Amino acid sequence: MPFISSAAVSGQEYDVIVVGSGAAGGQTAYTLAMEGARVLMLEAGRNYVPETETPMFQTAADAPLRGAATPDKPFGFHDATVDGGWQVPGEPYVNTSEEASGRFDWWRARMLGGRTNHWGRYAFRNGPYDFKPRARDGLGLDWPLTYQDLAPYYDKVELLIGVYGANDGLENTPNSSPDVLLPPPKPRVSELLLKKRAKELAIPIVAAHRAILTQALDHKNTPAQLHPGSPNAQKALAESMQSRAACFWATPCGRGCSIRAMYQATTVHLPPALATGKLDILVNAMVHEVTLNERGLASGVTYIDKTTGRPGRATARAVALAASACETVRILLNSRSPRFAHGLANSSGKLGRYLMDTVGSSVTGQIPALEGLPPHNEDGAGGAHVYSPWWLYREQLAGKLGFARGYHIEFASGRAMPGMGTAAGLEWLTAGSYGRKFKRDVRRYYGSFIRFDGRGEMIPNENSWCEIDPKVKDRWGIPVLRFHWKWSEHETRQAAHMHETFAQIVAAMGGRVRGEVIADGARAIAPGGSIIHEVGGAVMGADPQHSVTNPWGQTWDVKNLFITDGAVFPSNADKNPTLTIMALAWRAADRILDLMRRKEL
Amino acid sequence: MTEPLRVDRRTTIKWMLAASAAMGLPLPAAGTAPSPGAKGYGTDPNLVRIYKPGELWPLTFTPDQRRAAAVLCDVIIPADDVSPGASSLGVVDFLDEWISAPYPAQQADRKLVLEGFDWLDAEAQRRFAATFAALGPTQQVAICDDICHAATAQPEHAVAAKFFALYRDLTAGGFYTTPVGMKDIQYVGNVPLPRFDGPPAEVLRRAGLADT
Repeated sequence: MPFISSAAVSGQEYDVIVVGSGAAGGQTAYTLAMEGARVLMLEAGRNYVPETETPMFQTAADAPLRGAATPDKPFGFHDATVDGGWQVPGEPYVNTSEEASGRFDWWRARMLGGRTNHWGRYAFRNGPYDFKPRARDGLGLDWPLTYQDLAPYYDKVELLIGVYGANDGLENTPNSSPDVLLPPPKPRVSELLLKKRAKELAIPIVAAHRAILTQALDHKNTPAQLHPGSPNAQKALAESMQSRAACFWATPCGRGCSIRAMYQATTVHLPPALATGKLDILVNAMVHEVTLNERGLASGVTYIDKTTGRPGRATARAVALAASACETVRILLNSRSPRFAHGLANSSGKLGRYLMDTVGSSVTGQIPALEGLPPHNEDGAGGAHVYSPWWLYREQLAGKLGFARGYHIEFASGRAMPGMGTAAGLEWLTAGSYGRKFKRDVRRYYGSFIRFDGRGEMIPNENSWCEIDPKVKDRWGIPVLRFHWKWSEHETRQAAHMHETFAQIVAAMGGRVRGEVIADGARAIAPGGSIIHEVGGAVMGADPQHSVTNPWGQTWDVKNLFITDGAVFPSNADKNPTLTIMALAWRAADRILDLMRRKEL
Repeated sequence: MTEPLRVDRRTTIKWMLAASAAMGLPLPAAGTAPSPGAKGYGTDPNLVRIYKPGELWPLTFTPDQRRAAAVLCDVIIPADDVSPGASSLGVVDFLDEWISAPYPAQQADRKLVLEGFDWLDAEAQRRFAATFAALGPTQQVAICDDICHAATAQPEHAVAAKFFALYRDLTAGGFYTTPVGMKDIQYVGNVPLPRFDGPPAEVLRRAGLADT
């Protein structure tokens, strides 16, 4: 049985314990199990089955409160996340500041597959500059690896999960190898208009890269390409790829996907890994500590079985933490021993340091040219078909912008399935119409809005970090995190630049901005943690004095303890982190396999 | 593995409601607060089933409030030659579900909505010596015109204008999410397609993008 109980775990000897089941845990467990290692995956949340639990064609009227967001379901009722949010009952955390600007709010998704079930499917590669940012502008931290080191793994992940996009050859926006990307969907009318008008402002708009199948995967050739010499792995992957359907252009991706047309760890990583028979999964297991043996090596983990409240223990030759950046840091900080009084693998004192999120800010515009167009189906791939990669590298390096790092733009537009927001807040356009005039106004404005979401790079700083709170514990008695947070002017000025730019694009499209164009970046920037791109906290580096892990996510202090999630990021490029997390996890898992074959683990 | 647990919680809520009805317990006091002890759907509700207002927590409009709700709904979204009025599509039940919900945002809305009904009646009495629901269309419009646009409303109407804006948003949310409302604005998606072809030529022409 691949899903096992606490009782079945004790006494078993695994090759690797993987803590977490999202992008990092899914990829780590996949690579290890497919190549023959015996893996135990521990997930703090419940099992989750997208094939039967995803509300695919339900409308807002089928949900309580027309699907509106509530504290129980922060992204709306039909969003895939269950048992998750910025607040999780019984699992508090602490902020040292109550000011919005000094807070980090921590999203958790306590369910199998973690936040891969709900994410926006944006799958961008970091570019060459993104691995050496300090070398380029003197700020932040460099990675102990280059784009070339990771490029083969980006190809592998894209081939495995399926990513649509195009190779546009733009600066610091790498092409994939030939025949790796799936064809992008055709742009919507709003996206074509954007492209035309943004061009006049020299802002590029190209195909987005998103982990959605616009056609079936190549189940005949890809398995052998990804797992040469492993017939079992090839067979398991071929079957899994064959059972994934291509997108049928309906239902929002944030709900998850019962036909497995997009990447979720639960529908892409876990089925083939389970089919090998090498992967056991224990759900509802809240990991507390990594345990050490007398030689100072990791011997396994202790956890709380949430179904019984009882502690449990699992053992393995190696441990890979992939619990999300902050949860991984928390586990290590809570793993104290005489040898590691300040947390496991923390001889550098860097554990918890350099916590990062993505800079976010949004503007909505109303575009008269999009009013009154003939009705047509714009659902598409359940999200944007195009995006704007950062375009001002030269001006920025020359110091002309007042902030050091860039952002990309995501768009939300079109005649989307109606929800509570569809006809809300129109007063600024209608002068408060009601009655028959209001009905005509709603028809007129439906589908004429574009929301611009800036997603920008945050530079790691000494004031954004986390530690264990000395007093507060969660419902299982595990000490919780305390956050410290501060943006630098590089982030706040970038947020102001987003507002200015989005307003320019709206104007170029002949439209109007809803609400205020905010010039004060400190007001324009979304609070820490709200973009849910938490990375850092256990950064990788070139030496043990200044980092927690080596370039393979292997901790400097404990050679059989690996970190395979976003905690190891020394920088947080504007590119959404998920694809890079998976590429790093695959690379780390390869390292574990290699060391095991050489009997070094 | 956890499926039985989730079913149990929902079943429990139904049992509790059924039990209180069977035992002839007094219905929650309407007009003041949502029923004491009413709970939300929790962090792990069944996402694929279809819910109706009143299933998860009791509805709390009094008959008078229900009447007021329906009248104002139809002032905002009346029948026209495209679609019927909001009250004929169950929007009043939705509004009741909304203001009866045990979540902080909805509880704040509850206060504004119920006090808004009271204000409308008081204003109708003051101007026309009748409840708002009993007024003719011209009289209703005379009041609504004063509160329909927060940016230009008189200072003494600021709260009433806030109420009207909220009520319009809720009514519109309730209405345009129904199949009839979706048809009104000609949403034609939510159906599986073999391909995504992008915008039709006519759409591109009308948007000035025939050359793309």
